[in-house]
Amino acid sequence: MGKIRIVHYINQFFAGIGGEEMAHIKPEVREEKIGPGLALEAGFKGEAEIVATVICGDSYFGENMEEAKVEVLDLIKKYNPDLVIAGPAFNAGRYGVAAGGVAEAVQQELGIPAITGMYIENPGADMYKKSVYIVETKNSAAGMKDAVDKIVPLALKLVKGEEIGSPAEEHYHARGIRKNYFTDKRGSARAVDMLIKKLNNEPFETEFPMPDFDKVDPNPAVKDITKAKIAIVTSGGIVPHGNPDHIESSSAQRYGKYDIEGVMDLVEGEWETAHGGHDPIYANQDADRVIPVDVLRDLEKEGKIGSLHRYFYSTVGNGTAVSNSKKFAEEFSKELVADGVNAVILTST
Amino acid sequence: MRLELGLVLIKDVQFSDTTKLENGVLTVNKEELIKLISEDEHLASVEVDIAKPGESVRITPVKDVVEPRVKVEGPGGIFPGILSKVDIVGSGKTNVLKGMTVMTTGKIVGFQEGIIDMKGPGADFTPFSKTINLVLKCAPVEGLKQHDHEKAVRFAGFKAAAYLAETAKSLTPDTVEVFQTDPFLEGIKKYPNLPKVAYVQMLQTQGLLHDTYVYGVDAKQIVPTILYPTEIMDGAIVSGNCVSACDKNTSYHQMNNPAVHDLYAAHGKTLNFVGTIITNENVYLADKERSSNWTAKLAEYFGLDGVIISQEGFGNPDTDLIMNTRKIEEKGIKTVIITDEYAGRDGASQSLADAHPSANAVVTGGNANEIIHLPKLDKVIGTLDYIDIIAGGFGGSLNEDGSITVELQAITGATNEIGFNKMSAKGY
Repeated sequence: MGKIRIVHYINQFFAGIGGEEMAHIKPEVREEKIGPGLALEAGFKGEAEIVATVICGDSYFGENMEEAKVEVLDLIKKYNPDLVIAGPAFNAGRYGVAAGGVAEAVQQELGIPAITGMYIENPGADMYKKSVYIVETKNSAAGMKDAVDKIVPLALKLVKGEEIGSPAEEHYHARGIRKNYFTDKRGSARAVDMLIKKLNNEPFETEFPMPDFDKVDPNPAVKDITKAKIAIVTSGGIVPHGNPDHIESSSAQRYGKYDIEGVMDLVEGEWETAHGGHDPIYANQDADRVIPVDVLRDLEKEGKIGSLHRYFYSTVGNGTAVSNSKKFAEEFSKELVADGVNAVILTST
Repeated sequence: MRLELGLVLIKDVQFSDTTKLENGVLTVNKEELIKLISEDEHLASVEVDIAKPGESVRITPVKDVVEPRVKVEGPGGIFPGILSKVDIVGSGKTNVLKGMTVMTTGKIVGFQEGIIDMKGPGADFTPFSKTINLVLKCAPVEGLKQHDHEKAVRFAGFKAAAYLAETAKSLTPDTVEVFQTDPFLEGIKKYPNLPKVAYVQMLQTQGLLHDTYVYGVDAKQIVPTILYPTEIMDGAIVSGNCVSACDKNTSYHQMNNPAVHDLYAAHGKTLNFVGTIITNENVYLADKERSSNWTAKLAEYFGLDGVIISQEGFGNPDTDLIMNTRKIEEKGIKTVIITDEYAGRDGASQSLADAHPSANAVVTGGNANEIIHLPKLDKVIGTLDYIDIIAGGFGGSLNEDGSITVELQAITGATNEIGFNKMSAKGY
C-alpha cells in the first residue's frame, strides 16, 4: 500500500480566511495541507499525506446543512481518499456540528472511514458520537498536539480495518455500543468486590453507567373523542392464529398489520399472542385482554368514539431493542396519519 | 445455622443394572428411573440420555437443570415443601453429587426453553457444558394443559435428582465445605467492626414458565422475607421458569447461588454477611410497589450497611430492580446490583427498561441480544423443532445445514444475573 490519502475538512477560521465575518463562505478545496493539517500530516510520520483540504464557513454549513453536505462530499470524492479527517473542532460548537456531520456523511454515503475530534462539551460530540469516532480533545487549539497524538493511531486502525479498542484505550467519546467480553472473575465476586469498595468509600467502576432515558411527553387530549378515529397499536404480540408474519417471541425484528374489519370480538383459536415474555394462556383465551377490540366496538356502536381503525399494528415488546421499536413506529405512524387516525391506544403486556 | 456441604465428585455417569455410586462413578438403572418418573399420569413417555463435556451433543429445549443432593444429617429433606416436608432446612449435613446434573427436555411448553451445547462456541456461554448431564426427555399426554405440563416436567427433574442422590447418602464426601450464619443478634456481635451486608434475591414470578417456588409456595404469593443463606443449599428455592433461558435461574443455579457463596467467602473478613432477603417480580404495579417497600423496610430494620441485589429476567422486572435499588439507597444503605442487558443485536440501544441515578454500582452479565452462530453438532437430545420460535430464535434461526443462528438469550444461563458467569459487557 502506498501512502494513505487523506482529505482534511476544516472551517474558515482554521484555514486562516477569517473569523465570524467570513463564516458565510461556501465550500472550496485546495490541493494542499493548511493550518492544523500540517501537524496532522506530520503525526502520520510519512505513512499518510493530506492530498486536499476542503474548507467551509461554519455559518454556511449550519444554515444550509443538506446542500452544504452534498457540496462538501462532491469536493471530497474527487480525490478518492482512503480517509477523511474533520477538524479537530475542540470546543467550537458550530464547527463541531459541521465536522461531525461531514464525517458521518462521508462514512455513510461515500463508504470511506472518517474521524474527527472534539471537546466533551462540544454539542457536535453528543450529536455524532454514535455514528463516528470522535476523539476527545482539549477545549482549545492549544491542545492540537494532544489531539494529533490521539487521532493518528485511531485513524490508522480505521483505515486498516483493525479492531478498535474501548473508549478509554483509544481516547474517543463513548458511542454507547455495548459489547460482551469475558472477565477473569464471575459476576457475583465482582459484585462483592464492588460493594466492599462502595462501603469503604473507595472509587469503584460500574460496569453499566445508567443511561439517560428518552422521555416522551403525552400529546394533548383529543378534542372530541366521539368523532375520533382510533387505532390500536400493541407490543403485546397479538396476531392472527399461526403468527403469519413470524414475529419473534423475543427481540422482535418485525411488526404486523392486521385487518379487523367486521371483527367484533377476538375469539380463541383465531387470535393469539406471539409474545414469549408473559404467560400466554390468558391472552390466547381472549386476545381482547391485550387489545380491547370488543370494548371499542361497543363504544363505536354507542357513539362514544368516532370509529375503530380498520387495521391494528402489533409487535412483541419482549427483549426488543428500542431502536427496532422506533423504526417500526416511524414506518406505521406515517400510515396512521395518512389513514386519518386521530388517536392511538397503545397497549403492552 | 451451620451446614456441612459434602461434595462427592462425579467422574462419570453410566447406564447399568443397578443404580449406585462407587469411586466417583454413578451407574444408573435406566428402566428403574424411567418407571419412577413415569408414575406421573401426565407424562406419556420418558427417555433418558447422558451428555458429557466435549461431546458433539446439543440439548434443547431445556427446561430445568437440577443438582442431585441428599440430606445426611439434620432436619428436613431436599426440596422442602415439594418432595420433603416443610421443616426448615439448611443445617446439619448434605451430600452433593458434584459435577453432574439432571436436565429436563421434551416438547415445548411455551416459547422459552433453552439450548445447551456440550461442544463448540455455544459451550463457552453455558455452565452446563462443563457438567455431565443426565437428560430426561418427557412427553406429555395428549391434550395436557400448559400449566400441568410444566409442573409434571418440573417434578420429573426433582424426583430423578433425589433418586440419584440417594446413592450418596452414606458416602464419605471427597471435600467438605462449611457454611454458618448465626442468629442476627449474635451475628452482629461477632464482627462489630465489619459492615453488615445482606443479599437481596429477586425471584422471577410472572406466571407460566416464569415462576419460582420457596418451600413449595409459589413466590408470586409471598411478601419479601428472610432466609438463612444455607437454606437454599438444600433446595429451599427451586425454578419453574426458563424464559428467556439466558437469564433465568435453573434449580441448579438456585442451589449453587454464587452470590451467597461469594458473600460467605468475604464473611468475617471484609464484611458481615447476615442473611438473605428474598422478594418477587410480579406483573402488577401494586405488587411491585409493595414488594420493593418491604425489601427496603427489611433492609432498614436489620440496620444493614450494604446489599447486593440480583435480578432475574429483564424488561418488566427492570422496574422491580430499580424500585428496590432506589428505595434501599434512600434508606442510606449502599447497593450493588447484578443485571444483564438487552442492548439490541448491534449493542446500540438502551440496555434496561428502567434506570435511576442511585443505581451507580452495576455488574452486568452481558448483552443477551448479541448473535451467535452454533455449528451443527452430531447428536441432538430433545428436538430442533422449536429453534425458530424459542426466545432468542427467529424465522431462519435453524439453517439448512443444521447449524443455528440465535441471540445469546436462547442459551441456558448465558447472561445469568446471580453472577454465575465471567461474561460482562463494556461500552464502546
